[in-house]
Amino acid sequence: MLEVRGLSKTFQSGGLLSQGQSKKAVDDVSFHLHAGETLAIVGESGSGKSTTARLAMRLIDSDDGEIAWQGSDVTHVKGKALRLQRHQIQMVFQDPFASLNPRMRIWESVAEGLRVHRPDMNKQKRRDAVAEALQQCGLSDAIMQRYPHQFSGGQRQRIGIARALVVKPKVLVLDEPVSALDVSVQAQILNLLKELQQTSNLAYLFISHDLSVIQHIADRVLVMFDGKVVEQGDVVDVFAKPQHDYTRELLAARPITHPSERISL
Amino acid sequence: MLEINDLSLTVPMQQTSVPAVSHVSLSIKPGRVMGLVGESGCGKTLTAQSILRLGEHQGIGKISGDIQLHGKSLFAMSEKQLRKVRGGEIAMIFQEPMTALNPVFSIGSQMLEVIGLHLDLNHQNAQLHAIQLLEDVGLQDAKHLLQQYPDALSGGMRQRVLIAMAMSANPDYIIADEPTTALDVSVQKRIIALLRKLQQDKGLGMLLVTHDFGLVAEMCDDVVVMYAGEVVESGAVMDVFDAPAHPYTQALMGCRPEVAQNGQALTVIEGQVPAPGEWPQGCRFAARCSHADGGCQKPVAADAWQDGEHIARCVHVQVKPKADESC
Repeated sequence: MLEVRGLSKTFQSGGLLSQGQSKKAVDDVSFHLHAGETLAIVGESGSGKSTTARLAMRLIDSDDGEIAWQGSDVTHVKGKALRLQRHQIQMVFQDPFASLNPRMRIWESVAEGLRVHRPDMNKQKRRDAVAEALQQCGLSDAIMQRYPHQFSGGQRQRIGIARALVVKPKVLVLDEPVSALDVSVQAQILNLLKELQQTSNLAYLFISHDLSVIQHIADRVLVMFDGKVVEQGDVVDVFAKPQHDYTRELLAARPITHPSERISL
Repeated sequence: MLEINDLSLTVPMQQTSVPAVSHVSLSIKPGRVMGLVGESGCGKTLTAQSILRLGEHQGIGKISGDIQLHGKSLFAMSEKQLRKVRGGEIAMIFQEPMTALNPVFSIGSQMLEVIGLHLDLNHQNAQLHAIQLLEDVGLQDAKHLLQQYPDALSGGMRQRVLIAMAMSANPDYIIADEPTTALDVSVQKRIIALLRKLQQDKGLGMLLVTHDFGLVAEMCDDVVVMYAGEVVESGAVMDVFDAPAHPYTQALMGCRPEVAQNGQALTVIEGQVPAPGEWPQGCRFAARCSHADGGCQKPVAADAWQDGEHIARCVHVQVKPKADESC
């Protein structure tokens, strides 16, 4: 459904003191994503995982490489075609509070995407669509008139997911969607994501640094280091038989689950 | 010994103050690591910060209890005595290595400031001490590092610098509040190893505040679990991991994705944590607990269930029989 080949992006750092420095943030990255599956991108800060997702979404332009959506090249589409393309892939952020306007009522925030992507809808239709998206995310439509600060972290993340779902995309890019949540709330959100995937056949591009979360939710995984993909494959295979040293290092750094696994100093 | 006895705290909210921590007691012993675990808002950080009497200027109030260091009440101390305790006998390591260092001063000037507060050293000796501290936390080329600014350091290096600063006056106790949460996974592992090594080499007593059972498993000897402002369970780390007693501890450990069965939905805790000030008379977890009945509506004692040092604030503890001792 989504296929990227050889994506690259170099950022110039434009600070007064660091003129002329450039960093290859994403270097020759290729992957494909099928309907209904979850591809995780794992790596540490600065490894290029978020930039890769933004390139694939066409939120930023790549220096090199191709992006194909359902077989057609969308690397350079502009205007209406680009808007249609962006409609298909929606994003959920780590901190939903930062991505919700504190002065907008919930229903207005959730409806924002509809104003851009579905200008044909009247207000009543938009409200109905918002209510449906909230319901899918386990929220009552009674919250539509409330403001973001009235919600807990878990509820805000549900709102963030509803906001992405409301335009009925085919792909969700989830950028560390549970990293800021408590473990009990994290479990609720991960269960919700699995349910939504089953009912709507959504594909997820799931960015995370947490290997346990990835093992639980993903079908395939892309391991990134320093802008490059060092390993990719089925989660089960990669976790059982990591091929690259960096993957092995990441796996070895996983937190233990019981004090008996502690290695004495 | 560093002891918290029956501590209750309030936080300011709008015009009034609401209870946020109730009747917390715990003791941190020399040479041992105590984990203080719970989810956001359970009062773990407030409890930890109150040891150094931080947060009082933000309106955190004490309504009962005491905190004693070697038998002396920290609340009976003058500001001058407290300054000696802070960093001198009890040091603190915070979560955010990015914000805990001042970006406009060099590492050296920030370290020398801390050293100057507690030790009577001339400039040259203070500098040598700073270099030694940086080397002790595994930082290379310490002399050069002193001239650098925080901006030039990675998150892991900054956290090492902060650990070095915490060690500067050779404290007896360390309070570490989520010391690895903001770091990358592989860096976390190295910082954990460093903290364990320092703690063991120097026989430090440590209070480790965290939401992460993985970190507790890595580092702690004892563990205290908090929920909605109170301690619900405490015991030796092996006992609590082998047989969590309180239904909340059981549920919290059960929702970790690393313990989930393949392909199964994760265990969740239905409902929400009651907000401060909206705590029920009886068990605070009862509304979310599958074992709850009429007996949970009355106040429950901290040691309603007890097995040696392992205690739980629950009248319905169902602990699995311990595994065969021989294995």
